[in-house]
Amino acid sequence: MNSLYYQKRLSRNIGDKFFTSLSVICALIAILPLIFLVTYILYKGGSQITPELFTLEPNPPGDDLDAGGINPALIGTLIITTIASIIAIPVGVGGGIYLAEYSKGGAFSRFIRFGINILAGVPSIIAGVFIYALIVSTKILFGSMYSGLAGGMALSILMLPTVIKTTDEGLKLVPNELRYASLGVGASMYTTILKVTLPSAFRSIGTGVVLGIARAAGETAPLIFTALFSYYYITGFEDLFYEMGSLAVLIYNFALEPYDAQNKLAWAASFILVLSILSVNIFSRILAAFNEKTKRL
Amino acid sequence: MIKNNKKAQKNNILSLENVSISYGKNEAVKNVFCNFKQGDITSLIGPSGCGKSTVLRSLNRMNDLIPNCSLKGTVLFDGTNIYDKRIDPVEVRRRIGMVFQQPNPFPKSIYENIAFGARINGFTGDMDELVESSLKKAALWDECKDKLDQSGYSLSGGQQQRLCIARTIAIEPEIILMDEPCSALDPISTLKIEETMHELKKNYTIIIVTHNMQQALRVSDMTAFFNAIAFDDGFDGKVGYLAEFNTTKKIFNSPKEKTTQEYISGKFG
Repeated sequence: MNSLYYQKRLSRNIGDKFFTSLSVICALIAILPLIFLVTYILYKGGSQITPELFTLEPNPPGDDLDAGGINPALIGTLIITTIASIIAIPVGVGGGIYLAEYSKGGAFSRFIRFGINILAGVPSIIAGVFIYALIVSTKILFGSMYSGLAGGMALSILMLPTVIKTTDEGLKLVPNELRYASLGVGASMYTTILKVTLPSAFRSIGTGVVLGIARAAGETAPLIFTALFSYYYITGFEDLFYEMGSLAVLIYNFALEPYDAQNKLAWAASFILVLSILSVNIFSRILAAFNEKTKRL
Repeated sequence: MIKNNKKAQKNNILSLENVSISYGKNEAVKNVFCNFKQGDITSLIGPSGCGKSTVLRSLNRMNDLIPNCSLKGTVLFDGTNIYDKRIDPVEVRRRIGMVFQQPNPFPKSIYENIAFGARINGFTGDMDELVESSLKKAALWDECKDKLDQSGYSLSGGQQQRLCIARTIAIEPEIILMDEPCSALDPISTLKIEETMHELKKNYTIIIVTHNMQQALRVSDMTAFFNAIAFDDGFDGKVGYLAEFNTTKKIFNSPKEKTTQEYISGKFG
C-alpha cells in the first residue's frame, strides 16, 4: 500500500515537476524578445529625445552632423492613419452590421466572412502594390502620383478586416432579448440597430477599431509604394496629394543611411512609434476592461 | 356607463382562423381557431411543446424574427389580416405590445426605457407626464420615482419586469401580449404583476402565456388549453393544437375534454 504523503521521487511527480518547469521556461522565452526589444529601443531612442525632434524637418543625409527632427513624419503618420480610419471605420462597421444584423447566414454572408478572413491574411506589401497599381501609377487622383491619400487607402485595406470582424463579433454578443425588446415597442430594424444594439456593442467595436489603427500606424511596406517619403513640413491641405513622410518609412530610410546622425534619428523615431503604438494598445485594454465592468452592472 | 359596457357584446379584437405555424418543414401548431375579445384577459395554458408561445408570438409578428418560421391561415386584428403581404410588421407591433419571459430592459435609465418607445412612435406630448403615468399604471412609480435617472438594470427582477410592462404601456397599444411574464420572478413580484394586470384590464386587452395554472385561474377571464399530440411531420415529433377554449371558470370547473381535465388536475404537463 502506497503512503498518502506526497513523495518527491515518484516518477509521476518528477515528470510533473519537469513539465511544469518546461512550460514556465517556454513562457519566459516567449516574452523575452518583447522585453529586449522594448528596453533596447527605449535605451537607444530615449536618449535621442529632444524638444527640437518634434519641431524640425529632417536634414538631407550627409550634409552635417545634425540630422534635424521628425516633425513631418510624425504629422504624416497621424494624417495617413486618420485617412485610413475615415475610410475603414464606416465601411467596416457598416459591413459588420450587415453580417451580424441583417444577413441570414446564407451563401452571400458566408462568402463575405470567408473573404474578410483572406483579406486579414494578405501580406501588407500586397496592399501597397495593389494601391500602387490602382492609384499611383494610373495618376487617377487629380494627376497626383505618390500621396498621403494613397497611403491612407493602402492602410485602410489593412484595417478593414479587423474592424469588420470586431463589429460582427461585438454585435453578436448583444443578447437577442434586447433586440426583441426594441422591436416589441415598435422600433424599426434600423432604429433598433442605431439606438439599442450599436450602443451596447460600442466599446467592443471601439476596442477593435483602436487595435486596427495601432496595426496600420506601424506598417511600412504599403507606404513605400504609396506615400513614399518627404523631408518637408506639411503646410496645407494640398500636401495630401504629394509624397508624405511617415515614422515607419523614416525609420526604414534613415536606418539604412551610413551616417550616424540619421541612424540616431531613426532610433528616436522608433522610440516614438513604439511608445505610441504601446499606448494605443493599452488604451484599447482599458476600453475593454471598462466594457467588462459595465456589463456586470 | 359601465353597466352598459358590460351588457354590450364584447367585440372580437383578434381572431385566429385556421392558423398553422411551422419551423422549416416541421409543423409546431396546427389548425387553430380562436377569438380574443376586447377587454378580456385570456390565458394560454398547456404542456411544454404545445406551441402556446409560438401562437402568442405570431400575434404581433414576432415570429418574423425567427428564421424559417412560417404561418398559414389568417390572423385578423380589427378586421385586417396582419399576415397580408402589404402589412408593415413594425406598425403591428406598435399596436400590439409584448412583454417577454425574461425581463429585458434597455441598458438605459429608467426614464429613457419608457421614453424610447414613445419617442420613436412620434409621441409629442409631455414626456415626464407619460413616464409618470406609465410607471403608475405598472405599479412601479412609488418604488422608482426618486431614481428615474438610474439604469434599468439597478432594479430587481420583478421591478424590471414591471418596467418592461410600463414601457409597453407607454406606446399605448391596444393589446398586450405577455409570454410567461412571471416565470423568472419570485411569488411576491408575481403577485404584484398580477395586480398590475387587473389594473390594466380596464384599458387593454391582455393575452398571457403561463405555465402556472393557478395564475391563469387568478387573472384570466378566458382560458385556451393547448395540447400536443404525436405527429410525424411535427416539431420534435409532435404538433400542438387548441384543445379547448372557454371561460376560465368552465375550463377549470367543468372542462369538456378529458385531456383538459387531466392537465388541470396535474396528471401530465
